[in-house]
Amino acid sequence: MDDIFLLAVLLLPFGGSFVAALLPTDARNAAAYLAGIVALAGLLMTVALYPVVADGAVFRHEIAWLPQFGLTFTLRLDGFAWMFAALVTGIGTLVMLYARYYMSPSDPVPRFYAFLLAFMGAMLGIVLSGNLIQLIFFWELTSLFSFLLIGYRHHTAAARDGARMALTITATGGLALFAGVLILGHVVGSYDLDQVLAAGDRLRAHSLYLPILILVLLGALTKSAQFPFHFWLPHAMAAPTPVSAYLHSATMVKAGVFLLVRLWPALGGTEQWLVLVGSAGLATFVLGAYFAIFQQDLKGLLAYSTISHLGLITLLIGLDRPLALVAATFHIMNHATFKASLFMAAGIVDHETGTRDFRRLNGLWPYMPRTATLAMVAAASMAGVPLLNGFLSKEMFFAETIEIHDGSIVDQALPYIATMAGAFSVAYSLRFIHDVFFGPPPTDLPHMPKEPPRWMRFPVELLVLACLVVGILPGRTIGPILDGAVRAVLGNAVPAYSLAIWHGFTPALLMSLIALAGGTTLYVLLHDYLQRSPAGPPLLRNIKGQRIFERVMVAISWRGARSLERTLGTRRLQPQLRLLVGVALIVALWPIYVHGLDWGDAAVTPLDPAFAVVWAIGIACAVSGAYVAKFHRLAALVLIGGAGLATCVTFVWLSAPDLALTQLVVEIVTTVLILLGLRWLPKRIEARDLDVRPGIAARARRIRDLVLAAVTGVGLAAVTYAVLTHPLPDSLSAFFLERAYTEGGGTNVVNVILVDFRGFDTLGEITVLGVVALTVFALLRRFRPAPDSIDIPEQQRLQNAHDDAHPKRQIGDTIADYLAVPAVIIKLLFPFIGLLAVFLFLRGHDLPGGGFVAGLTVAAGLILQYMASGIRFVESHLRVHPLRWMATGLLLAAGTGAGAWFFSHPFLTSYFRYADLPGIGAVPLASALIFDLGVFALVLGATTLILIALAHQSVRSHRLQTPHEPVVARSEER
Amino acid sequence: MELVLSLAIGALAASGVWLVLRPRTYQVIIGLTLLSYAVNLFIFSMGRLRVGMAPILDKGQVGDLASFADPLPQALVLTAIVIGFATTALFLVVLLALRGLTGSDHVDGAERER
Repeated sequence: MDDIFLLAVLLLPFGGSFVAALLPTDARNAAAYLAGIVALAGLLMTVALYPVVADGAVFRHEIAWLPQFGLTFTLRLDGFAWMFAALVTGIGTLVMLYARYYMSPSDPVPRFYAFLLAFMGAMLGIVLSGNLIQLIFFWELTSLFSFLLIGYRHHTAAARDGARMALTITATGGLALFAGVLILGHVVGSYDLDQVLAAGDRLRAHSLYLPILILVLLGALTKSAQFPFHFWLPHAMAAPTPVSAYLHSATMVKAGVFLLVRLWPALGGTEQWLVLVGSAGLATFVLGAYFAIFQQDLKGLLAYSTISHLGLITLLIGLDRPLALVAATFHIMNHATFKASLFMAAGIVDHETGTRDFRRLNGLWPYMPRTATLAMVAAASMAGVPLLNGFLSKEMFFAETIEIHDGSIVDQALPYIATMAGAFSVAYSLRFIHDVFFGPPPTDLPHMPKEPPRWMRFPVELLVLACLVVGILPGRTIGPILDGAVRAVLGNAVPAYSLAIWHGFTPALLMSLIALAGGTTLYVLLHDYLQRSPAGPPLLRNIKGQRIFERVMVAISWRGARSLERTLGTRRLQPQLRLLVGVALIVALWPIYVHGLDWGDAAVTPLDPAFAVVWAIGIACAVSGAYVAKFHRLAALVLIGGAGLATCVTFVWLSAPDLALTQLVVEIVTTVLILLGLRWLPKRIEARDLDVRPGIAARARRIRDLVLAAVTGVGLAAVTYAVLTHPLPDSLSAFFLERAYTEGGGTNVVNVILVDFRGFDTLGEITVLGVVALTVFALLRRFRPAPDSIDIPEQQRLQNAHDDAHPKRQIGDTIADYLAVPAVIIKLLFPFIGLLAVFLFLRGHDLPGGGFVAGLTVAAGLILQYMASGIRFVESHLRVHPLRWMATGLLLAAGTGAGAWFFSHPFLTSYFRYADLPGIGAVPLASALIFDLGVFALVLGATTLILIALAHQSVRSHRLQTPHEPVVARSEER
Repeated sequence: MELVLSLAIGALAASGVWLVLRPRTYQVIIGLTLLSYAVNLFIFSMGRLRVGMAPILDKGQVGDLASFADPLPQALVLTAIVIGFATTALFLVVLLALRGLTGSDHVDGAERER
């Protein structure tokens, strides 16, 4: 039961997100109910799971995924993870409720909830993962969904920029973390969290410790917005306030410190940890607090205070002492409660007054006394005022800063720095309250301020209540949870600590008092200045992390990429192809260079002079075809047809009748196809006739290409000859020869391979053919010929003129006369071609033939009809539905394959093997034949579709381009 | 036979490569056709040259490589021929569309700058 709960806690938010995404855009209440119920259910299930971890136990639930690679989907719950899960679901529930009232009905609210729920799921995934790879998966998911949430109002530039910056920083950090974890897993030998945590000593002693630490810290510190990566967080304030309240109190930024605490037993406890984590935390703690004082935006102040408090937590973790870790864990909870409530209060002020600018907000107390009271309590907790939870963890922090003694300057100065930063936080907390709720009555606010709806304030009330209860009765309320959390991290090394409010007059108390007094004084002194100053701290105002970030991004992603493309890339096809041929040559020549190329002594087949003659003609055709292809297209087509026929003869001669048949039919169809295309190509007149000599550069190019071609040809010929003079090595061919009849049930081995042994390949191949045919069809639907190809060809014009000149003739008569005899013959031939196709198809399994050839034969027969009688005649006498043929073929082939499933055999198992099964054994037809029928239908449909689509272009009336219309603009039409 | 076929493959490949590197789309399509002849023959010849040994068994026969030509390269080439036809068709239509859109039959869609 517990494992189901655990799984449900993780999966429910994702499910809810999916459902919310499907809701209509204006379904605000439905989405809010859904999200609220999902979050609440998550919270209740988390609470129900508490007994599992109450006594310090670790609960694991594993689902094997790729066990041979050590990858299992592992859920792991201990006290620390439970504390986080409770925070994520608990504050999540409150945020869902709050957002219902915050979001405007005109916003696409279901999308918002879909993102928020998915984010919640991802965050739960981080805290519940028992495998580090899995943890990183969810880690990156939180980056992704926070990107979507921050960019929710994507019509504003601030949201887009903030979202992009947050994603760039945190996802880059995530990649660093990934690299770090891969090394870590390599060192430990496992990605399992328990094993990693147990391998702490081995890790710390390993030479790769520092790289691991730096990479992991890059991930954690970017996520927790630690200096110098802090600058994304203030810009993330472009998100709707519920998002800020959630992401920047309990979740997103806490993921970083979660990871630090989680991995502390494995990576902590070294000098490097102290220096790296401690200094990052200290810098962030002080700078964040200082910057926060000078913000002029409510959320901006809270953002920097969040940075500062996370710095405080990081500093505590960096101090590397068990007691500091207890304080850090405690402060994680306390910060989440008071910061979430403060963000919500800021959202209420924004919502009810229409502005978040300190300089415009004043004296709101009389208008919203209850909100003001709540905000005051929460802010006091943030400042560290006694009787509130913030005070307790802060006092623990102060006590810790005194405790460290390594004698360094930083150590000596730490208590003073901590007190100073504490004073800063008192100052900004005071400012948050005093500037907004007190002072002269507000003037010219966008809305008349008033109290928010009852239920919008409710989450704030609950959170503030928590601050108070924990602050007054810490031991009885939060004590056990905190104890469970730190016990999960520290194990038996949990130090003695006391959660009492009163410890007597300790130095820590003194520091608290000094911070309170100093902060108040500071605020009083700065009060007038802050009323007028621009945002940002004095002196440092102009150093903007954002600007530096943008510059770097522009330099890398735009200028760098462009210059790289300019220097290394080209958009021209010829250099690319030249490179391709060159690389292929090098790859082929390299082994020859290394191992040499020798002629073997296998017996050669005696030369038949006729064969030599065939290829003398074939080679002549190929070379002369290559020579004339530029200016004499028809001649080139005829000539390569000659080379194709020589190939065909070779297949017949050398025991490959199937190939010869297929080659022959494909040859016919290809020739017709290219003939149809010739009409749309531009006229080209030989340069010789125009008396223009090619330039030196052009000649140099030709010579270079000629050399490349010659080397390719000679090399390929040499390799072929070398292979042919060596005996045939053992290969899997014998397998097919042995089993073609006994297991495939056919005597034509090639056909049996295609439709049976390698049927899956053939299925893929005919699918490709179908896709190509559809692509051709689609491309030609939008086909627009070039202006100079639109006119009907000269011959046709002459014929039409002749027809026009004689009153008794109709247009088209001349061509019909020319073709009268062939047309009769071809029409008569059609049934015989069909018969031939059936013959070829049926004998395919046993003798040369098969679906491919038969399909192409019918297609050739059809296209002959088109040629002889014209499109209109054929299509008025014959219904050709190439698309239906294709669909039928593909379904037939795939269906035959799937049919094997019903006999619990793998896909595409042919029937013949199981001929002795009762009931089926009586069927004399091999199922491969049905499969071949599918091949036949698809080949027929695809070929016909391509040919007909091309042929139809000639009868389509193409809109003539007006002469002044620019040529380029046409591509942008529609 | 072996020598003649090797020379034929070399000549077909050389003509094909030369044409594929030319600037006109029509030259490229003819070149691809020639190149595919060469490659098909090359793959086919990997099963060695056998005369009069078509891989067609008698009913119930268990064949072996001594008395039958290698059927595997043949099956591969049969597939290659059909796919070659498909790519030729696709390329032809793309080149026609290119010619229609840009007015040029240069492979880059525009004449080379001089």
